[in-house]
This record gives sequence, C-alpha cells and structure tokens, in this order.
Amino acid sequence: MPPVMDADRMGRTLTRIAHEILERNRGVHELAFVGVRTRGVPIAKRLAARIEEIAGVHVPTGALDITLYRDDLMRHAVGPQPLVRSTEIPFSIDDKKILLVDDVLYTGRTVRAALDALIDFGRPQSIQLVVMVDRGHRELPIKADYVGKNLPTSHQQSVQVLLEEIDGRDEVVIEG
Amino acid sequence: MTIDASVHRGGDEPGRSVPAASLHVKNLLGIADLGADDITLLLDTAVAMKEVGSRAIKKVPALRGKTVVNLFFEPSTRTRTSFEVAEKRLSADTLNIAASTSSVTKGETLVDTALNLEAMAPDMIVLRHASSGACHLLSRVCRSRVINAGDGMHEHPTQALLDAFTIREHKGRLAGLKVAIVGDLLHSRVLRSNLLLLTRMGADVWVSGPTTLIPPGVERFGVRATWRIEEAVEGADVIMMLRIQRERMQGHFFPSLREYFTVFGLTAARARLAKPDVIIMHPGPMNRGVEIASDVADGPYSVILEQVANGVAVRMAVLYLLAGGVMEGV
Repeated sequence: MPPVMDADRMGRTLTRIAHEILERNRGVHELAFVGVRTRGVPIAKRLAARIEEIAGVHVPTGALDITLYRDDLMRHAVGPQPLVRSTEIPFSIDDKKILLVDDVLYTGRTVRAALDALIDFGRPQSIQLVVMVDRGHRELPIKADYVGKNLPTSHQQSVQVLLEEIDGRDEVVIEG
Repeated sequence: MTIDASVHRGGDEPGRSVPAASLHVKNLLGIADLGADDITLLLDTAVAMKEVGSRAIKKVPALRGKTVVNLFFEPSTRTRTSFEVAEKRLSADTLNIAASTSSVTKGETLVDTALNLEAMAPDMIVLRHASSGACHLLSRVCRSRVINAGDGMHEHPTQALLDAFTIREHKGRLAGLKVAIVGDLLHSRVLRSNLLLLTRMGADVWVSGPTTLIPPGVERFGVRATWRIEEAVEGADVIMMLRIQRERMQGHFFPSLREYFTVFGLTAARARLAKPDVIIMHPGPMNRGVEIASDVADGPYSVILEQVANGVAVRMAVLYLLAGGVMEGV
C-alpha cells in the first residue's frame, strides 16, 4: 500500500499544527511540550522547533515513558515485561499549559496512562493532546485537540508513523 | 535476557509492538545465575527507576496489588529499608517479618515459616538468612518469586548490582576498569557476588587483604590476589572496601584492629596511588579506623552514600523485572 503521508505532507502538517497551537493559546506563554516515548518525543521536538521559528521563543520539551503506568502490566502471569525507559521532564509542569504529543491515537489507553503519569509531576494549568494520526476506535473518553490526519481504519490494520530520527525516513503507512 | 520485539500486550495499538524483555531467571538467588545481558537489562531498568525517586511524588503504580514479604533472619538496616522503599515506590504491599519477632524464636523451621507465609499468597519473598543456600532451599518449596537479600557467606546479588550501577554511573562502563576489592575477603558474600558480576562484565579485578583472609583459590574467579594493598590500589579506577566481619570470625586472623588498619586500612596516602578520578566504595556498615580512615570515607572520592541511594533504584528494577514472567521456552 502506498504511504498515507509522505515527508512533505508530514512537514506541512507539523507547521499547520504549530500555527494552531499558537492561535489557540494566544502565543507561547507557559507552553511546554511533553512527548510520549518513543515516537512522541521527536514529534514534540519538531513542533517546538517550528514554534521557535515562527514566534522566536524557545518552548521546553520533555520525554515521558508511560510503561510503569500501563493498565495491562502484570495482567499476564507469564511473558516478558515491557522495557522501562527514562522519563526526562527537565522543568516544573506546575501551572504550565502542557502539550502532550504522541504519534498515533487509537484506544486512548496510552493517553490515559500519560495523564496519570503527568499528574504525578505536578499540577499543570491545562493539558492539550497533539497526535500525528487519529485512527479512531477509542475505548476511553479521550479526544485529541490537534490532529495531523484523521485516518479511518479497521481493527485488523496497523498504522505506523515513521520518523527520520528513529526510522530513517518520514512516512505514515497502513499495514494489514 | 530475551528481547522479543513482537510482544503485544493488549491495550496499546495492535501491530505497534511494545519492546519487552525478561530475565533468564524466575528468582534472584545469585549473580551466578545471571548472564551479561541479564545484568545489562537490570542496570538499564534501574536508570529509569532512579528518575522515579527524583520526582515530587516518588511512586508509580506498576506493582499495584502485588504483595512482597521481607523475611529477615539477620539484622539489617540498609538492605531491609532499601527493599521496603523500593517496594513502596512501585506500589506493592509489603510485609516485614524479622526473625526476632516471629515464630522462629519458638522453634519453627525456615521452610515451615515460608510455607505458612505463602498460604497468604504473597507474590515475592525477599530473604536474608545467616545460612548459605537458604534462598535456594526456599525457591524449591515456594511458588513465590524469591529474592536473595544476603545468604550467609554465599551471595548478596542486589549489593553487587547496586555497586555495578554506581560504577557505571561514574565511569560509563564496567569493562576494562581496574577494580580493587580490599578487606575481609573470606567472610564476604558481597565479595563473591561482586567478583562474579565484575568479571562477567569484563572488569580487571584485584583483591587484597591479610593472607589469612584471602580465600584459597580465589584466583579461579579470574581475579588477581595480593596481600599488598598498595599493589591492588595502584592505578585503580575503583576501590571497594569490605568490612572486617568480627561477628563471623572464629579464631584469630590478624593481631589487632590497630595493626590491621596500619597494614591494610585505606588511608589518604594509599588512595593517592589510584587514578586521579578514582571512586571509593564501601557496602556498609563501615568500621571507621579499621578498614577505612574517616577522612577517606567522608572525602570527595567517596561514593558510599550514593551507593545507598542507588540501592533503591536497583531493587526497584529487580522487583519489576521479576514480577513479570520468564519468556516461555526459557
């Protein structure tokens, strides 16, 4: 199947989302990005770079690992444990407007875990959700504030957001 | 350790695999059972766990609903509290049982005590016992995962892991470092676990102490032994001091504590023989003025209190990884 989004389209989408963030928040005051590991982190960094280009202001960026907050941990008597990676949020999130960034929004369970994790770090003024792809099939009452592309899919399919920083190229593909 | 990139655990996006891994062992009985990849997985996981301890709310829900029994038949401050803090930071429920307050004083055997505790369905038992092999015995009769918190003169695996973690934090690696371990080698479970771990990870290990306290055949671990402390610490990246364990000594191994300090104690002058960026470690409790001079223990090269702090992170990693499963077929 040909890619749903290529590098150009992803680039333009990120620029559009950066403008939307600035418009909706009336500037960059108190904004901070937190990317969900793995692929939310480079997306968050790119958005921060776009905003710096547009508004000339540096917006802090952190990385959040949600493994220890997963709702399916310990549900299996056998089987390996998900790898825990470091969370790095080098700023206080108190009273910040947090932009939580992930690549694909699907069941909403990852976002639920990320919200629980973030609240353990402090009390932000607000949390807004940014995703590259929303593929539907929510299992929790969660909605994205900024969406790169709405992509209706079936449960059997899988959506991959590939990123230069990790995968060597920018592309969104549907498999299966 | 086994990495299975295709593991899919339900809630997340199907098809987007969650990187997962497990240790080769069900229980942590000793470093002897661990491969280099197991050790690396434990140390890498501990890095993430350490960050949890730096948060305002030092607690994550990973082991919610799990029960851990801390069964301690020997006095311990550091190890017991460290395990308990680790368990609480992962949201496990903890039960502390010390031999002095349990039915052991009424004559109950270790196995009976463990089986009775197990009837209450704990998920893990952390055991400290004066007899070597007590954890192996327990692991054969219990369904719960068993973690060795020190058994006799055999092993103390979490201490060796936290030592390795501390070294890696400072030096970035273990392979190729010169590590000098000095003191009461004969009675030390910390020594055995450290020798196994450090040689497995490729460190160049020297041990030193009075010849009466050097275990015969220690060279078979792939380490070099010398009774001259100066030879061991010269050019060392790491100096690890071991406590003189008077409570385990039956007989005379050296004339007096004062003489021991004169010949084998780590003084500032001896520490200067090591590399300029040496780190000085001690598993505690310290005998100041016996194996280590106070000015060295409190000096700028000492990482002794960091070792204690890192103990919590390493034990969190052990608990988290053992709470999962072993890969099928392993």
